[in-house]
Amino acid sequence: MEQFTFFILMLDATARVSVPLILASMAGLFAERSGVVDISLEGKMLGAAFAAASVAWLTGSAWMGLGAGIVASVLLALLHGWASITHNGNQVVSGVAINILVAGLTVVLGISFFRQGGRTPQLAREERFLPLEWPGAQALADVPILGQLYSELLSGHNILVYIAFLIVPLTWWVVYRTRFGLRLRAVGENPEAVDTAGISVAAMRYRAMVLAGVLCGIAGTYLSTAQSAAFIKDMSAGKGFIALAALIFGKWRPKTTLLACLLFGFLEAASARLQGAFNVENASGAMAEFLKGLPFLIDALPFILVVLLLAGFVGTAVAPKASGIPYVKER
Amino acid sequence: MNDAGVVGREAAADLSSAAALPAAIELRNINKSFGPVHANRDISLRIEKGSIHGIIGENGAGKSTLMSILYGFYQADSGEIFVDGTQQTIRSPDDAIAAGIGMVHQHFMLVDTFTILENVILGAEGGALLADGLDKAREELARLQREYELEVDPDALVGDIPVGIQQRVEILKALLRGAETLILDEPTGVLTPQEADHLFRILASLRDQGKTIVLITHKLREIMAITQNVTVMRQGRVAANVRTADTSTEQLAELMVGRKVLLRVDKKPATPTDVVLNVDGLRVVDGLGVERVKRVGFNVRAGEIVGIAGVAGNGQSELMEALAGIHRPTAGTIQIGDAQLTPTSFVDARDMREKGLGHVPEDRHRMGLVMPFEANESAILGYHYDRAYNGRILMSRHKIVERTAKLMHDYDVRPDNPHLPSANFSGGNQQKLVVAREMEQNPDLLLVGQPTRGVDIGAIEFIHRRLIEMRDAGKAVLLVSVELDEIMSLADRILVMFDGYIVGEVAQADANEGMLGLMMAGVDPAKQQEAVA
Repeated sequence: MEQFTFFILMLDATARVSVPLILASMAGLFAERSGVVDISLEGKMLGAAFAAASVAWLTGSAWMGLGAGIVASVLLALLHGWASITHNGNQVVSGVAINILVAGLTVVLGISFFRQGGRTPQLAREERFLPLEWPGAQALADVPILGQLYSELLSGHNILVYIAFLIVPLTWWVVYRTRFGLRLRAVGENPEAVDTAGISVAAMRYRAMVLAGVLCGIAGTYLSTAQSAAFIKDMSAGKGFIALAALIFGKWRPKTTLLACLLFGFLEAASARLQGAFNVENASGAMAEFLKGLPFLIDALPFILVVLLLAGFVGTAVAPKASGIPYVKER
Repeated sequence: MNDAGVVGREAAADLSSAAALPAAIELRNINKSFGPVHANRDISLRIEKGSIHGIIGENGAGKSTLMSILYGFYQADSGEIFVDGTQQTIRSPDDAIAAGIGMVHQHFMLVDTFTILENVILGAEGGALLADGLDKAREELARLQREYELEVDPDALVGDIPVGIQQRVEILKALLRGAETLILDEPTGVLTPQEADHLFRILASLRDQGKTIVLITHKLREIMAITQNVTVMRQGRVAANVRTADTSTEQLAELMVGRKVLLRVDKKPATPTDVVLNVDGLRVVDGLGVERVKRVGFNVRAGEIVGIAGVAGNGQSELMEALAGIHRPTAGTIQIGDAQLTPTSFVDARDMREKGLGHVPEDRHRMGLVMPFEANESAILGYHYDRAYNGRILMSRHKIVERTAKLMHDYDVRPDNPHLPSANFSGGNQQKLVVAREMEQNPDLLLVGQPTRGVDIGAIEFIHRRLIEMRDAGKAVLLVSVELDEIMSLADRILVMFDGYIVGEVAQADANEGMLGLMMAGVDPAKQQEAVA
């Protein structure tokens, strides 16, 4: 029973840490399926986190914060689009530039606005997205297994968590069942085919950029107004890159990408749980070193897995064919 | 092709009655410049409704530019376009599609990871959700297939189907969008002769149903076989608009080039002597791990030209690269002169050259020349270490330029300026420069890949003559080409490659197009004859 409770708690933690990964990887999915490599997931999330925390504090409304987060992130996405779609710039360079820009700008603006060393002021309860209690969760908490599943795992998350998990089937539906999705997939594989079919390649890619911006905006807002209660310098902490890794690991498909996000989320939750969990004194020299290093090894696992995947050890990952290549009409 | 030809001439006979109708397409005084290049000059032409109209011209004559204007990729600088008698402004492919113009591009505009059905509806989905559009398109496809011999499996992935079928998908795409006029840009370049025949039957049946077909090609034979009218373009101008029935291949060739050309290659019978190249059990695996050359064995003797025919992508390129020392084979032996090479003793391209091999690569842009280099630099690539080009420490620019000037003179490379960047020469002159470089090293064996791809008729004639001279001088030549005409007129022996295997060998005298075409499609002609009997 105790093991089951532990298991439920681990899943619960996994769900919570997976949310930004899921949102950002779906953002990446739209961008890369349209043929634009998006390294700037990280920067967009960080920018959104800052904008959301600032505006939530100023207006006293979490929802205003969410709106600000989305706007900031979409603007950054459009900047990426302007460089890499309109001006055929190198998409990786543009993405990296945005990451560096945001990492610096959020701290500079934070210091000048709030004078708290780059942090934003602590948000009050009503300025944040708080856990939603499902009906009867309290009462059912003591019912073994099903009750615990309901009260711990399903109930008690904030609205953004539920949104993130709904975004995945929605993304699948949009990508595979709509006209927009067909054109999106086509423009990432063979933009010339799209152009000759009388569809604007640039317009399609810009639309994908906006969607990526919206999703990263929600992810960033989650970081600073739901998971934490303020913006902290570099709080995205590489999550954008892990999301990118999950996208590759999931082979640019919504369902498999979700699974990859949950796997990486689980590893992150496990690593947090294991920090200092071992009694190192009792172990001998080499073993103690290994146990101390284990959480860090787990942290690195997502990247190790992706390297193995790209090296061809774990199946093959074939990126959208036109991904990363600016579309230049030549005839 | 013969069937289609007969149908073509019959329909041409009653063309005069259609002349009163408005033309399907009429172009008046179209002009288009790209910087200093005047790609289209005062082009006027009339394409009759319900006819197959050929547009022929050499590379760079302006055919593709003109069609791109008609399809909305470019805007003409001046001039008017009439479709069905009404003037149209075509600013984008969208406008062209709306005006009933469809285009089948030389490089297919298909998404490999999509099914045929998905490709067909892309851009004409008929609503924000796909389900309805897919169902409707499926019905439409079934109808079009019944009408015009256009069988395809709508659920097959485009990346998995042969190019002949991919081309049908392109035609279906245009028809589904309501195209009344269909433009095909060099449609037979990637097809076997049988596939080309099938295409022509489809085109003839489309025409009989009242569609208008514009066929852009550089192959005179196709024009003669299937068109009713032909426009010849030369240097951006219309050289002639003629009825196909009133002209001949010789006349068209002369109009295209602007002077008399010799279409046939004159040569004496070969007198082969010693074996120069012997290949045995050769296997080559490409970068993706796919075996592209499978247990290939053959030889080439001094004083003969051996041709390798086949549809592009059947292992010819990989075979060439292995022989040239560029790509290491996984098994087999290559004997060149006295040197015996196996995968373990495999050497690089420079060593192969020193063993007496010259190599004119298939793709001159990628492997033959460095485009931004001056002609004199490109003219010594691969031989740059030769004493002839070097001083004691530094390269001798003086010697290099002098040598290049001589090559340019001997091989009629124009303009004969050794300091011009390689990219500034026309395709034919670039190719002559590569051929000159390789031939002048006097190799015992010359590997030649697609020697006349993207080369004008004048240069083709020149290069062919040089290859024969080389053979007559007692050298061995291995020629790889996807142009069956070229192989049949030059090679003394013909090998056919299909799916990595050499599936047959024929002496020139015994070769005919039908038989080679079947081999290129992987069908054993002998077996098929048995089956028929």
